[in-house]
Amino acid sequence: MEPIFAIAFGVMIAAAAYMVMSRNVLRVALGFLVMSNAANLAIFIAGRMGTTVPPLIASGQSSIESSANPLPQALVLTAIVISFALAAFTMVLFESAHRRLNTLDTERMREAEPIVGGSMIAPKGDITDPRRQPQVEAAR
Amino acid sequence: MTPHLLLTLPVAFPLIGLALCALFWRNHKLQRAVSLLASVGLLSSSVALLFATHDGTVIATQFGSWAAPFGISFVADMFAAAMVLITGIMAVAVGVYGLALDAEERERAFFHPLYQGLLLGVTGAFLTGDIFNLYVWFEIMLISSFGLLAAGGGKEQLDAGVKYVALNLIATIFFLISVAFLYGATGTLNMADLARTLPTIENQGLVTTLGILFLLAFGAKAAVFPLFFWLPAAYHTASAPVVAIFAALLTKVGVYAIIRSFTLMFDTDAGFTGPVIAVLAGLTMVTGVLGAAAHFDTRRILSFHIISQIGYMLIGIAVATPLAIAGSVLYVIHHIVVKANLFLIAGIVDRAGGSFHLKEVGGLYRTLPWLGILFLIPALSLAGLPPLSGFWSKFTVIKASFDAGHLALAATGLVVGALTLYSMLKIWNEAFWKAAPDASVDAMRRFSADRTTRLIMVAPAVALAAITLTIGLAAEPFVDFSMRAAGQLLDKSVYIDAVTAASRPFERRP
Repeated sequence: MEPIFAIAFGVMIAAAAYMVMSRNVLRVALGFLVMSNAANLAIFIAGRMGTTVPPLIASGQSSIESSANPLPQALVLTAIVISFALAAFTMVLFESAHRRLNTLDTERMREAEPIVGGSMIAPKGDITDPRRQPQVEAAR
Repeated sequence: MTPHLLLTLPVAFPLIGLALCALFWRNHKLQRAVSLLASVGLLSSSVALLFATHDGTVIATQFGSWAAPFGISFVADMFAAAMVLITGIMAVAVGVYGLALDAEERERAFFHPLYQGLLLGVTGAFLTGDIFNLYVWFEIMLISSFGLLAAGGGKEQLDAGVKYVALNLIATIFFLISVAFLYGATGTLNMADLARTLPTIENQGLVTTLGILFLLAFGAKAAVFPLFFWLPAAYHTASAPVVAIFAALLTKVGVYAIIRSFTLMFDTDAGFTGPVIAVLAGLTMVTGVLGAAAHFDTRRILSFHIISQIGYMLIGIAVATPLAIAGSVLYVIHHIVVKANLFLIAGIVDRAGGSFHLKEVGGLYRTLPWLGILFLIPALSLAGLPPLSGFWSKFTVIKASFDAGHLALAATGLVVGALTLYSMLKIWNEAFWKAAPDASVDAMRRFSADRTTRLIMVAPAVALAAITLTIGLAAEPFVDFSMRAAGQLLDKSVYIDAVTAASRPFERRP
């Protein structure tokens, strides 16, 4: 079982990395969801694939012979709750950013770091001017 | 007080503050009182914690009386206690300052609950003895900081928030994956237990890999060289008290985690990890200070300086001699005070001069000479001029790297110190020395008329400047404290014994 889970982890991380590198914030948010689920999968594999018997002591016995490791389940549960909350926050933040900035494109979100006199990382020209946009797109 | 109470109270006060502030979300006056009281409670309980640990004892407790590798541990050694104390001081100073500057606007955006949440996450991260819980505390801290940053809802802040959230979330998920791999390799997450288990692992290459993974995860939080882009993208959009508490605490939690994990769990052996950290430290110092030299907005200059100063703190871990670690400890403590103070003063300059942009303010020294002096104390301390606190902490890390033969690192530190002085003089020349533009004169008139606001804003800055001067003029007890804290950090057995003694002896998992 482990190799399959390990491959699944790799594929999810790769897909998430691809989406997170996108210029569209919606894809970035989806990438986070996939990536945090990959992290949960990593914790799950780290706890070893083994028996599925719940860690309960049967009546008349004082110890368990074999049982599932409860710790990774507790960890994954915590991580799921946290990543869910963060994902919800991220979605709301990206949505309100979309409303205020009128764009989903991270390259055009330059309110906090406006380009003064051209920059290496951003397209040249005044990106807030809509007339310049087609040229910028063509230049890419 | 029992260790249990001593270790719980610094976390309990912000938690109660958070709960009550959220409960009274309509009543801003009550929130202010609760928030300040909770911060004072945090400060007083952290003083008690420091008294219990300052003689070198490490106190630990297990929640729910579960034995150490299974239960949740809280541990405080001298370093952790000092960090909690400085958090308490910042909580009160910035909390008071936050009452003055556009308080109503921030309170509508839930400033007080989020502020207490931030403090909760920070103190929890300093005190926890379990690496998964460290992740949880990081998250509490992070989501509060997201809220504080995006709270205003302005265009600039939302844009900054998108980048801050995106880059920090990636770092956090990376941290979680590293924790998973660590658990897979060792079967334990308790830091004291990890310190015992990791050296016994046969495949030491795996341990080095894990160490580098954690270095990347914590390095992103601490704004280390290639991973710092979230910081200058976001910090300069927040209001002065928010950015002051961010600058004071957020990156330092990352530095604390690096120092803790690389003294307790992973070795900075001369072969791989040590040189990697040394190179990162040098590049962090240089890129940060060059960014600061290029900008003309006070908040941006100061944000870039956070990055360059993180490099100095990493020197200690890279060199890893007792003196170097002591230098790092002293540097972290000094820097929290100085950096928060600089942002508080930047807020005052904005209020008195009308802008954060240096081209639009001026002439402040002519009308407010005391503000000039107040700015010079932390500014020159950051640059490392004697007799201020920055001199002793820079002197310690640079001397340690000279002694250990890290000449390039020491030279970088000296050059970066000079460049820091340059950008501080830039702020001084532009904001205080040159003739005042007309807009600036009007702002000054308004500022001079509002006596209460001025008092509330200046008092915390004066208090923090006094701490800087105290560390600078009476350095000996502080250096001595850092030396002993470093000795404690390097002697893992003290930490492991304390966690073991707090519960039944370690039982290895079958």
